[in-house]
Amino acid sequence: MSVDVATTGEPIATPSGFQKVRTWFANPWGKPRFLKLFMWLYLLWSLVPVLIAIQFGFNDGRSRTAWQGFSFLWYTGDPDLSVWHDPSLRSALFQTLKLAGATMFIATPIGVALAIGLARWRGRGSKPANFLMLFPLITPEIVLGVALFLVFAYLFQVVDLGTVAQILGHITFTISYVVIIVRGRLFAIGREYEEAARDLGASAAQALRLVLLPMLAPAIWACLAIAFAISIDDFVISYFLKGGAATETIPTKLYSGLRLAPSPALNAIATILLVLSMLAITAAALFLNRLRKREGTKGSAIEELARLDI
Amino acid sequence: MSGTSEGYSRRRWVWPAFAAPGIIWLVVLFLVPFYAILAVAMGRMDPIFNLGEPVWNPIQWNPGIFGEVMGEIFGGQLGVIFLRTIIYVAIASLLSLLIGYPVAYFLSRHAGKRKVLYLLLILAPFWINYLMRMLAWVNLLEVDGYVNDALMFMGLLDAPRNWLGGNSETVVLGLAYGYVPFLILPLFAALDRIDSSAIQAARDLGASPFRAFLHVTLPLSRQGILAGMVIVMLPMFGDYYTNNLLSRSPRTRMIGNEIEFFVTTTGGGARGAALTLILMAFVAILMIYYLVSVSRASKEAAA
Repeated sequence: MSVDVATTGEPIATPSGFQKVRTWFANPWGKPRFLKLFMWLYLLWSLVPVLIAIQFGFNDGRSRTAWQGFSFLWYTGDPDLSVWHDPSLRSALFQTLKLAGATMFIATPIGVALAIGLARWRGRGSKPANFLMLFPLITPEIVLGVALFLVFAYLFQVVDLGTVAQILGHITFTISYVVIIVRGRLFAIGREYEEAARDLGASAAQALRLVLLPMLAPAIWACLAIAFAISIDDFVISYFLKGGAATETIPTKLYSGLRLAPSPALNAIATILLVLSMLAITAAALFLNRLRKREGTKGSAIEELARLDI
Repeated sequence: MSGTSEGYSRRRWVWPAFAAPGIIWLVVLFLVPFYAILAVAMGRMDPIFNLGEPVWNPIQWNPGIFGEVMGEIFGGQLGVIFLRTIIYVAIASLLSLLIGYPVAYFLSRHAGKRKVLYLLLILAPFWINYLMRMLAWVNLLEVDGYVNDALMFMGLLDAPRNWLGGNSETVVLGLAYGYVPFLILPLFAALDRIDSSAIQAARDLGASPFRAFLHVTLPLSRQGILAGMVIVMLPMFGDYYTNNLLSRSPRTRMIGNEIEFFVTTTGGGARGAALTLILMAFVAILMIYYLVSVSRASKEAAA
């Protein structure tokens, strides 16, 4: 039996202003005004400081706190201190790109192979291997940074601290991200296509090359882009493994510059880094979107990126 | 059919061979470096140069420096730093939860058609460099910066305040600002998985929206809350840069600062390594909890 609320006999009238306020207090969750306001306050708090920082990269003067007009002074204009003319900033930009380029082309194939191997391998050893793969994702960066610093300083002394050590370090923590992304695709694809190809007479290698890899291709492109983004974003590993001024990256340069000699040129080079990141992530999202369209999944790649549980 | 399927699995070495390069990489550049921390922390001191030297054979390990560091933690300067770190991380992660929960809740329940836009804006901080986000606040918090301007304009301050001169509040808020996006995502994923018919059922049975939230949504999102808290606490415990950029004073030193200082100082390697080990042991509980809860969640998702 259902209880009808309307039978309580109260006359239905248009609510007065007072009643509106009362019902609103009784049930502010009816329409989530509080929550929506909170969300927008959060977004403002989270993003406006960065927008102001971008703005000051275009400041027409030395100040980082007072706006003096728009210019490209700190990008190219100043003959000594702009990003383009200050050798330390320019070398930081190129070092960042160098590390990211090497990282994405080495970490992606290793990670893709590891993901395929772990997804198909059912023997002893596959479980520990899975755990080993997860650890770099949750180890505090400072611990990995110290570990790599000590191992290059004391054990692998053939590798000097500097570019090579930095690349090796970046690859180490990027592999796991590649595995996570590809593994998700492999679960979605399942084994049916490969087995069908095998039933039709393809060898294991052919099934992999002609069926699985083409299906994974967009995810692999996305991995390249994400590996690039992860590498240029890294601070701690680059910091512990740098060997002198020539191997500073943009993030390590932001750190030392802010502590020693802050200038709007730092805002400018940070903005360049931001643009590079956004380009890489947009590329990754487009690749993932293409994959979703092909599979007819609803929603957008953005949601998928957000649900990427480690 | 079964014949091919058997043939498929006969060559057992194929899949391990695919995994091999990655596994070898992680053993050589992840596990071995961890062993190096142990070997350096338990190493011997070179008496002439006063430099630490690693000892690779566990039988010859010398826990001298380790004991020294432990002694300073229980009843020395290091103890104060450990305690401070725990307090900072506790407040900053709770603050992150208080800020992150409503955001994740709104996103999963009420975002509607704009969900993708909101997600895009919430994901943005992930791809804005952490150092740039700190740089933004350093600029705002300078004595003649916008924060002091705004607070004085509103009459909340009479004179400009030096926010960057070693304030605990600045560091804690900086940590919360830096890591809160990392908490929102797992929380959003957990809230999004909750079947809305469970909440609807509670409402139909007469629960007020608040009670429905308290007795249905909140317990069902427990997993997400804990996972999110762990995800922000792990990097906070090892953070040294937030502190160094926002405080410029030893009054707010954390464990991460100690580790960074000793490891990068000549002769401090062993102390730095010992501190890193202690930090590891400290956060290991959190890490294992997280791994177990993730594997449980993925098993549930597969079932």
